[in-house]
Amino acid sequence: MLKYFRGKKGLQLFGLIGPGALWMLVLFNLPVLIVMFISFVERGRAGGIKLPPVYTMENYAQFFNACTSQFAGPECDPFLYLGIFGNSVRIGLIVTLWCILLGYPLSYFIAKQKPIWRDALMILVVIPFWTNFLVRTYALKSVLATEGLFNTFLTNLHIINQPLDLMFNEFGVIVGLIYGYLPFAILPMYASIEKFDHSLMEAASDLGAPPWRAFLKVMLPLTMPGVVAALVLVFVPVVGAFITPDIMGGGKVEMIGTLINRQFGVARNWPFGSAMSLILMLLVLVGVIYYFRSTTEETRRAM
Amino acid sequence: MASEFAVEMQDVVKQFVTPEGGILSAVNHVTMQIKDGEFFSLLGPSGCGKTTSLRMIAGLELPTDGKILIHGKDVSQVSAFQRPVNTVFQQYALFPHMTVEQNIGFGLEMMGVPRAERSKRVSEALAMVRLPGIEMRKPNQLSGGQQQRIALARALINKPEVLLLDEPLGALDLKLRKEMQLELKTLQREVGITFIYVTHDQEEALTMSDRIAVMSNGVALQIDQPEEIYERPATKFVADFIGETNFLDGVVRGQNGRDVEIDLPGSGTVHIESSRTFTTGQQVSVAVRPEKLTLKKEAQGGNNLKGRVEEVIYIGTDTHYGVRFAGSHKARVREQNATQANKEIAKSGDEVTVSFTRTSPRILTE
Repeated sequence: MLKYFRGKKGLQLFGLIGPGALWMLVLFNLPVLIVMFISFVERGRAGGIKLPPVYTMENYAQFFNACTSQFAGPECDPFLYLGIFGNSVRIGLIVTLWCILLGYPLSYFIAKQKPIWRDALMILVVIPFWTNFLVRTYALKSVLATEGLFNTFLTNLHIINQPLDLMFNEFGVIVGLIYGYLPFAILPMYASIEKFDHSLMEAASDLGAPPWRAFLKVMLPLTMPGVVAALVLVFVPVVGAFITPDIMGGGKVEMIGTLINRQFGVARNWPFGSAMSLILMLLVLVGVIYYFRSTTEETRRAM
Repeated sequence: MASEFAVEMQDVVKQFVTPEGGILSAVNHVTMQIKDGEFFSLLGPSGCGKTTSLRMIAGLELPTDGKILIHGKDVSQVSAFQRPVNTVFQQYALFPHMTVEQNIGFGLEMMGVPRAERSKRVSEALAMVRLPGIEMRKPNQLSGGQQQRIALARALINKPEVLLLDEPLGALDLKLRKEMQLELKTLQREVGITFIYVTHDQEEALTMSDRIAVMSNGVALQIDQPEEIYERPATKFVADFIGETNFLDGVVRGQNGRDVEIDLPGSGTVHIESSRTFTTGQQVSVAVRPEKLTLKKEAQGGNNLKGRVEEVIYIGTDTHYGVRFAGSHKARVREQNATQANKEIAKSGDEVTVSFTRTSPRILTE
């Protein structure tokens, strides 16, 4: 068998690529097609879809105008879902911005250490990944809760009298998301900063650039690939996040992820959930393509 | 100008903390004065403190102790971006994301020079380094020699009071390096800016410099004109580092005015002229260049030492003879191959007499 493969380039290639390609095809691409299909049919009464399938655009219409739903009351808000979507994008941008603002100096600090410290610090950044995401989020909850570590600490020190509302609001969700996704921002930015040739900053300084101008004109443009990678790696999963808003928001902060999650659970509206999933996917895709287009050119010029 | 000196280092010390926690003195109480318009070289082996000295003048390192003055103004604690000096870095440090024009214009941009004037002056600077019309290229599209010129133009366009060059030709191949040496020297005369040039290449320093500071272990051993450094080295290190030198260790027998009699145990006695005073019995080293020695069949005027040829090395322009004297002394003799006959002065194993004048050697004590 192996002898047969030897010397046959095409078969060798197939042997190497085949299993992975098949895996992607069956377990990734096919489900997406199924979701696409479901988004265009009517819902079944107890979840799932109506059989035989009845094709409709209703699910998409409902997203852009909530009042087209058969359950819409007289005081319905047509922009209900668009609003939640917008809110998700807003939270996504806030979290991404903070992850980059917090992550960049930290990455820089780590990259400036001696190799042995660098490795140790990077392990500290990555360690949370070894713990289940859900468990980590619950751990954070025990810190930020009304009776949690943080509030108890401040109350006992008499810095505050009333516990602060750190959870079950947008603040808690944003803190939870930053906590969860900061390492995704640090890793690519660290990789870029570590490769950055620091003598270029000396050259800029030598040519009369104060530190902040040297940073903006030389270091930032040359480490931009890392920043853009961080932006994509944080923004994309955060916009669609549902575990963190669910736990940290306590059902009070609605994001597109929690909304979709609900359609496949209590709301038993798979087709609407599928439609929203695809809209989210499309928007993220457009955003990512746009961003890569606008930056690769910049990066190409940089390199 | 407040001072006739472009740069003064006054008792400058620079210490670093080593990874093991110890303290390393990279520069140890260095004092030097660099005249306005001078081509001044810092010469020494790696780790001698020459680059650290240059970086302190640039402001990229701050001295631990001592003062640095630029045209009489104390800049010891002034940041690099506020000093009136520019540097040509060893690896050029061109900004890879900027065009040649943006690179060269960077300093002017920081000074707030308007775009139109900037672009005009960049063109002039490119013409000066003989690379006109490549404004829109990126550094990675240029050869090493071209990058070197861009780095030079990027520094000179700002009309610095002092230009610092950190082994700028180190990355170029030999032929290009020779070419650039002459070009740099010409350029320096044209623009009239003080150049401080760091190199470990003694030939380069001798060729280009008005004055040289020879450094070793963080100390400036000798600061002088190239000819003085070569002909009258102050220490054994300088004599050894600049060119090739034979050291014949001996003891002072006596001194009669300028005539010093030195016994080379086992090999003979020599008379050397010196303006310095030595004490009888003092341990000294007679330093003499290989080209100042000649091979004779028999003794002549001046100093003569008998020895045996141990090796003969033909190197084209010259032939080198390794001679061992009766004592433990050895010397290398350099004879020019000016005529065919010269090639057959001696062969390995021949008994010869090595002779030299009383004025050509130096008596060194440290």
